[in-house]
Amino acid sequence: MTNEELKIAVSALFPSVTYDETGEYLTVLISPAELSPLMNGLRSNGDLSFDYLFCLTAVDWKTHLTLVYHLQSKVHRHVLVVKAKITDIANPVIETVSDIWQTANFHEREVYDLFGITFTRHPDMRRILLDESWEGYPLRKNYVDENMIEI
Amino acid sequence: MNLLGEDIITEEGEFVINIGPQHPSTHGVLHLKVWLDGEIIKRVQPHLGYIHRSIEKMSENLSYRNFIYATSRMDYLSAHINNQACALCVEKGLGVEATPRAQVIRILMAELTRLSSHQLWWGCTGLDLGAVTPFFYAFREREQIMEIMEETCGARLTQNYSVPGGIMYDIHPNFQKRTKDVMKQIKSKFQEYDDVLTGNVIFENRTKGVGYLSAADAISFGCTGPTARGSAVSCDIRKWHPYDGYEKLQFDEITETGGDCYARYMVRMHEMKQSVSIIEQLIDNIPEGDFQAKTKVVLKLPKGEFFQRVETARGELGVYIVSDGAASPYRIKYRSPNFSNLSALDHMARGCKIGDLVAIMSTIDLVIPDVDR
Repeated sequence: MTNEELKIAVSALFPSVTYDETGEYLTVLISPAELSPLMNGLRSNGDLSFDYLFCLTAVDWKTHLTLVYHLQSKVHRHVLVVKAKITDIANPVIETVSDIWQTANFHEREVYDLFGITFTRHPDMRRILLDESWEGYPLRKNYVDENMIEI
Repeated sequence: MNLLGEDIITEEGEFVINIGPQHPSTHGVLHLKVWLDGEIIKRVQPHLGYIHRSIEKMSENLSYRNFIYATSRMDYLSAHINNQACALCVEKGLGVEATPRAQVIRILMAELTRLSSHQLWWGCTGLDLGAVTPFFYAFREREQIMEIMEETCGARLTQNYSVPGGIMYDIHPNFQKRTKDVMKQIKSKFQEYDDVLTGNVIFENRTKGVGYLSAADAISFGCTGPTARGSAVSCDIRKWHPYDGYEKLQFDEITETGGDCYARYMVRMHEMKQSVSIIEQLIDNIPEGDFQAKTKVVLKLPKGEFFQRVETARGELGVYIVSDGAASPYRIKYRSPNFSNLSALDHMARGCKIGDLVAIMSTIDLVIPDVDR
């Protein structure tokens, strides 16, 4: 499907979402509450069938956090990016998608580890790369490391 | 009780053992906690991060020229391909394209890297499964590829050869002749590889039907590269989203339907032949001209997001750059193939014997620095 066709198909399922078409891929902008029904729809709808989550990450924009999901359909070959904006920086929470794509299990643990975003209903919400005793979330922009030297 | 003070027998009567972080079969510092019922694996829990160097965080303070070199230390067996991915992503942001000469040399180097990586894997797989000879055979040919790399890039492993706009410097005058000689030699050795390991009864018994991964699970776990192609999943980025002129080349995407260790093994064996074929198509057709496009001294990417996908020797590497218009990236994410491939290990190993875990680990072909980053 082309980006235009994708837009029509996604809008038919979820009329409330907005789009960003500046990048290489069509981007769907949503709020955290819409995540679970949207992702389930994208995965199970036959015309869309996004079965492959090839990248899951977060970006800290200082005023809010954005979760970025890169999806591809192995059947139809189209790519879609879903971005969920979390405004509650102090206590960011979002639902897991690890029940839809199993690869999300590890990727969400990484995001939790480095950004401190908690995923509800996740089967194993622990740090993955850093030690359990580590303080703070390194990829947050306000993270201070006394050993870091600015050149 | 073990040394950590944990119970080694659970309430269900399962026996818990820790493999690694210092264990030869994990090919790096990976720690696996394994729950066993007798010899049968009930559950595997990977513990990662022993060599986490926060490459993504470091890159936020490096320029668009410098951050590329850190990626050689991720998947060090596909170092050139990692560099290429970053260079391509920066080029995408700048709106420049590498010169035709640079593109061809990049592909040549990428395929040489893939060949040498697969050869090292082949040797180590043999070693893991009790055959010592393959290791020496593989290193005999691999060493010659390393020498080509050394002559042209100045480095054997961490090449740092790709820069935004092309390659750092032109190829060595001996490059073409030497590559052709090595390709001729490697081609004559494939039969030997098959004779010594592929057809071996012990090897086949240890890999056939072991570590099964279905196509649907491979996609769901985000497996890529030979790990997924062994389960008949088409996922070669060189075919799906060609870059640097792969679309002009004649080569096949290798898939096997077995889904077991043997299928993954066969995919890599055939991929080596495809890499040789790609090199042979290009080695006499390197276009004349500049090896680097003209770019500014200080690179600044426009505001926005750029994603570049490439096929490394282990699968799909994604480079995701978020730029705020400054001279260094606002955020970089590496979608590393090994990280996703490792997540499927638990699923593949359940129900297998403890000895099979080594075969499964071998045929996923993990490089731990790429998992930890």
